[in-house]
Amino acid sequence: MATTPKPQETAKIDHRPPLFEKGWMDKPAEIRPGIYCYGSKPKNLEYVGMPYPKDWNPEDEDWQLPENWKEIIEEGFKDRLDRFRSLKVFMDICVRCGACADKCHFFIGSGDPKNMPVLRAELLRSVYRKKFTTGGKLLGKFGGGRDLTEDVLKEWWYYLYQCSECRRCSVFCPYGIDTAEVTILGRELTNLLGLNIDWIAAPVANCYRTGNHLGIQPHAYKDMLDFFTDEIEDITGLRMEQDMNRKGAEILFVTPSGDVFADPGTYTCMGYMMLFHYLKSIGLDITWSTYASEGGNFGYFTSHEMAKRLNAKMYAEAKRLGVKWILGGECGHMWRVLNQYMDTFNGPPDFLEEPVSPLTGTKFENAKTTKMVHLVEFTADLIKNNKLKLDTSRNDNLKVTFHDSCNTSRGMGFLEEPRYVIKSVCNHFYEMPPETIREQTFCCGSGSGSGLNAGEDMELRMRGGLPRANAVKYVHEKHGVNMLACICAIDRAVLPNLMDYWVPGVQVTGVHEMVANALVFEGEQKRTTNLRGEPLPGMEDEEDV
Amino acid sequence: MSLKNLLSEKRSSIIKRWQDAIVSSYPKDSRGFLKRTKSQFANPVGCIITKEIETLYDEVIKGDNADKISSCLDTIIRIRAVQDFTPSQAVAFVLQLKDIIREELGNNHSPDMDAFDKQVDEILLMAFDVYSKCRQKIYEIRVREVKNQVGKLLERANLIVEIPEQAPGLRDDNAKTSL
Amino acid sequence: MNFFLSIIFSSFAVLVVVLIPWIGVGALDLRALFGVVIPYAAMATFFVGIVVRVIDWGRSPVPFRIPTTAGQEWSFPWIKRNPIDNPKGLGGVIVRMLFEVLTFRSLFRNTRLEYRRVDGVPKVDYEWEKWLWLAAILFHYSFLVIFLRHFRFFMEPVPGFVTLLQNLDGFMQMGAAPFNGFGLPGVYLTDMLLMAALTWLLLRRVLYSQIRYISLPADYFPLFLILALGFSGMLMRYLFRVDVTKVKELAIGLFKFSPTVPDGIGVIFYIHLFILCVLIAYFPFSKLMHLAGIFLSPTRNLANNSRFVRHVNPWNYPVPTHTYEEYEDEFREHMIEAGLPVEKGADATAESEEKE
Repeated sequence: MATTPKPQETAKIDHRPPLFEKGWMDKPAEIRPGIYCYGSKPKNLEYVGMPYPKDWNPEDEDWQLPENWKEIIEEGFKDRLDRFRSLKVFMDICVRCGACADKCHFFIGSGDPKNMPVLRAELLRSVYRKKFTTGGKLLGKFGGGRDLTEDVLKEWWYYLYQCSECRRCSVFCPYGIDTAEVTILGRELTNLLGLNIDWIAAPVANCYRTGNHLGIQPHAYKDMLDFFTDEIEDITGLRMEQDMNRKGAEILFVTPSGDVFADPGTYTCMGYMMLFHYLKSIGLDITWSTYASEGGNFGYFTSHEMAKRLNAKMYAEAKRLGVKWILGGECGHMWRVLNQYMDTFNGPPDFLEEPVSPLTGTKFENAKTTKMVHLVEFTADLIKNNKLKLDTSRNDNLKVTFHDSCNTSRGMGFLEEPRYVIKSVCNHFYEMPPETIREQTFCCGSGSGSGLNAGEDMELRMRGGLPRANAVKYVHEKHGVNMLACICAIDRAVLPNLMDYWVPGVQVTGVHEMVANALVFEGEQKRTTNLRGEPLPGMEDEEDV
Repeated sequence: MSLKNLLSEKRSSIIKRWQDAIVSSYPKDSRGFLKRTKSQFANPVGCIITKEIETLYDEVIKGDNADKISSCLDTIIRIRAVQDFTPSQAVAFVLQLKDIIREELGNNHSPDMDAFDKQVDEILLMAFDVYSKCRQKIYEIRVREVKNQVGKLLERANLIVEIPEQAPGLRDDNAKTSL
Repeated sequence: MNFFLSIIFSSFAVLVVVLIPWIGVGALDLRALFGVVIPYAAMATFFVGIVVRVIDWGRSPVPFRIPTTAGQEWSFPWIKRNPIDNPKGLGGVIVRMLFEVLTFRSLFRNTRLEYRRVDGVPKVDYEWEKWLWLAAILFHYSFLVIFLRHFRFFMEPVPGFVTLLQNLDGFMQMGAAPFNGFGLPGVYLTDMLLMAALTWLLLRRVLYSQIRYISLPADYFPLFLILALGFSGMLMRYLFRVDVTKVKELAIGLFKFSPTVPDGIGVIFYIHLFILCVLIAYFPFSKLMHLAGIFLSPTRNLANNSRFVRHVNPWNYPVPTHTYEEYEDEFREHMIEAGLPVEKGADATAESEEKE
């Protein structure tokens, strides 16, 4: 029974002498509101044929587990040990040196010791040792093993969905143990029992059915682009219609649907449209698709299989439309999947050709087999070859810093291309401190479904994002940085809120929004505002268009 | 010696205790990290607490700049408002200053001390305001996020119409009615 | 696991390991058992255990190429890439692995040199992680040197590099050690470094709250065991001298598979040997397997090239997808209305409805 704490208890939390304190294995997780996301709704699991759909609340005592749930988990575990060397090796070789302990943004922001990456993995390892190793079987707790109980399962669920699979810990691990890999496979196990979070399950079902995470139907998707076309016309005086689902185009463009539906991603989307229109007259032949309208892969937060099922749409659509290659928009985990999984999942895409920029003739040799090019590298190549006329002064009101997305930096190494593009379109660029960018970048705090756009776990998102926000605050105070650029749709969706809480006065933008602002079109009207409808520098007094 | 002088004299040891007290409100297993890791980027929570408590203490002794006190409180409490603390736990560190000072200076009853206690109480009330403001912000963000997701979408799909910004005569009148 | 219990349990286990040969040889005189049978059994366990474990790891495929990229990828020629931390092919991977194995590069990355300003004065601040890397590297290299030095006990003639190592290792301390001139052998540098590094690795587990929180008996046990190994070895060298010629006779016999058990070797030697046997027999079943595991870690031993070199998943299987046809069937009318191109005409919708 809950009792009201006495004042002294409130002030100081625990007085127990550490010598006799229970170890972590004996302390079940306390599932706190504000930290977890709502459980998956049955309809969303049913739609994609996931097992054990049910109406459940993580705070309930009873999680409505099937009777043989332990067997299901144990078999699932064994199956994954047999299929993934990564899991087997990572279960066996950790020496618990603690190098990763303080590298996790969730640990840094919360101080909850079970958020140390090593411990997150130990939650699974303890069960693994008890079930699959001699030492654990013989020695039990003394061998580091523990039984799989409902409390342990709940603890798994609570902490596995508090990981944003950002891989920062993996950079510092002397053996390269990747908590993201452990989390991904651990989540697969929880999914065997229908225990997902709805902020993953619903987008998965939606992406599967309509092609995008909000469940927007094709005509509404087109409506949105039409709406942007009107907006762009207001600003530039030019009508920049886009092609959709057009057969015979040379290139298929796929971007995260967040760009189409949520601010400030929408401005980035307008940026893509303007760039494509600009290039049309000099030979770009590109189409969008409503069927493959989600670059982001929410399946990746569920299981490898679901990731593959959703990813399949891209090649399928490329084949149907008969394009030569695929161009991908600004997105984080989308690009980890495209870079490290896509060809293996659904390749080889023999029906495509090796990507060549139709405008510069540059061969994208690093995309030879996947046949998928990152829009930012595409643009970087254009700028390098002087294909774009840019007026950087239009971005002079911006003091920009760049947030490396976890997945593009640690799952791809895409570090210089975006910086090159930003520096080419903006005059004021400042880096955050080195231990918070590039391969050491801090997560936005909401990646990989650990809270993307879910209001219910706002506290988790705010504290998980604290290390990132703290570094932004530093450049905000030091250099007056007022714009945080990123190349990830989740970032664009969640960073504005993070900034609002921790560093008011800093806005968030995609890279192509700034490109489009700087892009000088033939025959455009005199631009007085940027894509957000805010006056351009020096135009503050002009009549609003 | 006046209380103010005493407090200045014992400044560093009081601050040290106060910092320790606030750090010990965190899980024991992470306290070492909060205290030891000195980089402001690797350990924002610990570093902010250390720095802001120091500033806060100086401002409390000066006692004439409510804005500065409030901004220190904001920096500390903004973090605690999203961590695993109950509201009372999140602001309790203010009250702890009373105990710490008595431990340092001895339990002498004096009018000065009474005045100081009263000041701490006032700061506690400020802390309560700050905490509420932070929580308010969280809920504001929550609501805005939901609104942005659905509202913008409907609007752009031309499914709803909004009352235009300058609907003549309408808005002002409405604003005046109390219902 | 309560940490106090963990420590008691592991130190008790090591105590038992010490007592067994003490009683076994000291009281029961089971020299053949402790000098021949157990060493052979331990070595067999060690080699077979490692091979079995590595084969077991190897049996599980690597379905996806998932290197952790810690630097700029290979891109345009005008973008400077980081060939070591983001390797593009086998060469880069080999260099990355060499750095990883020989210099503990990832752990070193952990090292943060902090330039802070304290009261306006710049100050260099070493984070504690520095010490983890240092202790780890000192421990591993000292262990290696000590291991190589031991070759003089089981090789005849003693190879040149062993003598060289031994001289180098002992040279540092010559004249400096207070023991010299008392007829005691010179102190080996690596002995001291090994014990110091181990002590530090143990202390941080006890003193740092986070590390204490994550530590298990399986972490304390090998530390205690290696400490006991080092301690017994040093006792043997500096205090209770044993007859080196006879030890060598036993060791060479073991390696030539014609074991002899010479008389007159002190119990301390058997204790030292038994601890070693326990260590190597325990090895394949423990976290010490990181020695082999690092070579199989997919985030380090793969190149970041899946966009231009196809990686095949051996268990790749077909999955149900939502095809374009199904999609168009569901949304055809809306698509036509919105002017989106469709595969089949409007009547297809009516047809498919009729079918149902």
